[in-house]
Amino acid sequence: MISYLIRRGLYAIPILIGVNLITFILFFVVSSPDDMARMQLGTKYVTQQAIDSWKAERGYDKPLLYNNAAAGLNKITDTIFYQKSVKLFLLELGRSDDGRDIAHEVSIRMGPSLAIAVPVFVVGLLITITFALTLVFFRASYLDLWGVILCVAMMSISSLFYIIGGQYLMSKLWHLVPISGYAGGLDAIKFLILPVLIGVISGIGSSTRWYRTIFLEEINRDYVRTARAKGLSETTVLFRHVLKNALIPILTGVVVVIPLLFLGSLLTESFFGIPGLGSYTIDAIRAQDFAVVRAMVFIGSVLYIVGLLLTDISYTMADPRVRLQ
Amino acid sequence: MMPFAIVILRTDALIFLLTGCIVAAALYMRRQEHLRSAWRKVAENRIGMTALTVLAAFVGIGLLDSLHYRPLLSPAEGNKNAIYSVEVWSALDTLAANLKQHTEKTYSAPFAIYLYAREATEEPDGIQTRGFPRLKYGGAHLSDPQQRWHDIAHRAVEATLLAAIGWLAVGLAVVGWIAWRSGITWREAIRRVWRGESQVAWRAVLLTLGALALLAAPALGLSSYYHVFGTDKVGNDVFYLSLKSIRTALIIGTLTTLTMLPFAVILGILAGYLGGWVDDVIQYVYTTLNSIPAVLLIAAAVLMMQVLIDGHPRWFATAAERADARLLALCLILGVTSWTGLCRLVRAETLKLRELEYVEAARAFGVSKRRIMARHLLPNLMHIVLISLVIDFSGLVLSEAVLSYVGIGVDPNTISFGTMINAARMELAREPVVWWSLTAAFTFMFTLVLMANLLSDAVRDAFDPRLLARARAPGEGARP
Repeated sequence: MISYLIRRGLYAIPILIGVNLITFILFFVVSSPDDMARMQLGTKYVTQQAIDSWKAERGYDKPLLYNNAAAGLNKITDTIFYQKSVKLFLLELGRSDDGRDIAHEVSIRMGPSLAIAVPVFVVGLLITITFALTLVFFRASYLDLWGVILCVAMMSISSLFYIIGGQYLMSKLWHLVPISGYAGGLDAIKFLILPVLIGVISGIGSSTRWYRTIFLEEINRDYVRTARAKGLSETTVLFRHVLKNALIPILTGVVVVIPLLFLGSLLTESFFGIPGLGSYTIDAIRAQDFAVVRAMVFIGSVLYIVGLLLTDISYTMADPRVRLQ
Repeated sequence: MMPFAIVILRTDALIFLLTGCIVAAALYMRRQEHLRSAWRKVAENRIGMTALTVLAAFVGIGLLDSLHYRPLLSPAEGNKNAIYSVEVWSALDTLAANLKQHTEKTYSAPFAIYLYAREATEEPDGIQTRGFPRLKYGGAHLSDPQQRWHDIAHRAVEATLLAAIGWLAVGLAVVGWIAWRSGITWREAIRRVWRGESQVAWRAVLLTLGALALLAAPALGLSSYYHVFGTDKVGNDVFYLSLKSIRTALIIGTLTTLTMLPFAVILGILAGYLGGWVDDVIQYVYTTLNSIPAVLLIAAAVLMMQVLIDGHPRWFATAAERADARLLALCLILGVTSWTGLCRLVRAETLKLRELEYVEAARAFGVSKRRIMARHLLPNLMHIVLISLVIDFSGLVLSEAVLSYVGIGVDPNTISFGTMINAARMELAREPVVWWSLTAAFTFMFTLVLMANLLSDAVRDAFDPRLLARARAPGEGARP
């Protein structure tokens, strides 16, 4: 197992290099730093001098791949590619446009992001699996039919409407919770209830339907018939036998996203004014802060790869027949 | 001298190409028995046919909105050369010219005849009063404001009656066609349709058409005299904005899949059939792309595209062309981020197919690899393409709204559900509440996405119920 993990870890390196190359090409080759400067400074009436100083401030004034002017090893290291892309591997994320250290910012903002993402994930998972099992329990009845129709209707509503509607009802009409904002410690709870609730509700439709198909596929297997023949009640069959055997497809879809919870949710955080990584990203996109977007792309792909690794490990825990070699 | 100059935007060309492809595919499928029987299953499905009917209405509006032209300006004295307006119109704009041009000063509620905001007006005798002024167009024909509801009811009933006549005519045409096709009497045909015993679920189609007519006819009939869904902040008719949003949604939903289709299918087949290092390289490419969270990749690409478009203002002759280029670029970017799922499916299916006997037989006969892939594998993968086209549609429409909210969606001047919601989202904080823009955007978008979801269920059930059930977890794919 350990050798498997090491091998998978090594396999991640070429992928991360690929991600790095993609971001490098996107940010520096498709449009030159001059274009970026012009966009930031306003397209018209901008002097070359202003562009040059903008570039120098951010270290974009170096050559892309090979620096002829430098000496020795610096020919390679004193370039945009090395300074901006390769250094991400060393977790040196650089500075944002307002001069703050991105790595520091990320470490502060992780907390609020997790404070929303983890409850949404856990509560959502419990609720949707319970719903799905209930629908399967009443399969081929009107309850099942209308349950599925409700799911399809719920997944047809844009998440924007869930947020806008939830804020309007809960905060503006009924004055139950503050409309947005964040506070540290236990005070955070009253700010978190609404975003968590909305996050859970907006995910119910598609997830419930997905779990329902998985469970329905399992329920026609032979072991289920055997369990019923033994005289087990339908509830026991569903919760003890079907749920256990459906774990592999569930884990495939679920474990991958666990590390990505760190990134938070772009929409929820920006609507509710929560200072997490999601709103950080959105602010960076709106302010066209390229350094931050680049760093987030890198962090995101590292987390995704960690998620794939965790998925493999979770298989071995769920199913003793699976061995990693 | 032509009364107008035809403009074919890039997305228009692609939309018509797509329509052509769909017609060609339909003709092809008519000759293939197994595909025809699958479509017959869709036609029997009541929910599927309901969804198809509603979507056809949406597509009709979208296609009308894709016929673009620049109207001729009335020539100045002595000027022989034709001068065309820089503003690009569509066929839909011409049909709904009343809606397009009836702009008020600012907000007004649905069916209102007074403006939402107070304004100082000067009476003829010189006294200034602050009050709600009458709208320029909404209910302007009324001399007595008291008659408003009476007038509305009158016009609505009139329009509904006209629609009912039209609906009856369509119903009779369907019944007549069934009677003629199956050689039965009209009575019998009517009975079959009424009881839902016809092969195609005509009853569902007719009922849906009836419901649509019942909703659309009064709205259309009244739209020239009132603002049926009110007006937005700058006074544009919200009903008009909703109709225009449909084209943007359809383009994002369909062209994205169309642009990524060749890549995904060709690479998927190559990886699955050739195996070896080709497989390794292709798998590496899509794992790498997949490992970047979709929103971030889209954000990075859109930001760079913006830089590119803003840096080269000379590329585009009109503002419409620039907005159009941005829309197309967004489709391409969404396509790049969402082709991996389809590619993986095609690869897996190819792996399965290449072991089958007919492929082995072809190999034994010495058929070349290229020919096996093109003639023996590709046709048997087409149903996956079809299913993913339908399934991706609704997710893409939803993600357009989110991306536009984040600021990395369509051009701010392009009318879309995303830009509508974005403009309307602060309005709930006003007093009295401005609810109509959001409600209109919600209604249209919800209907479109719901119908697309229902249709995709019907198509999937008919073609391959097991295929995508497991392949796609919620949250995967293009949806941010």
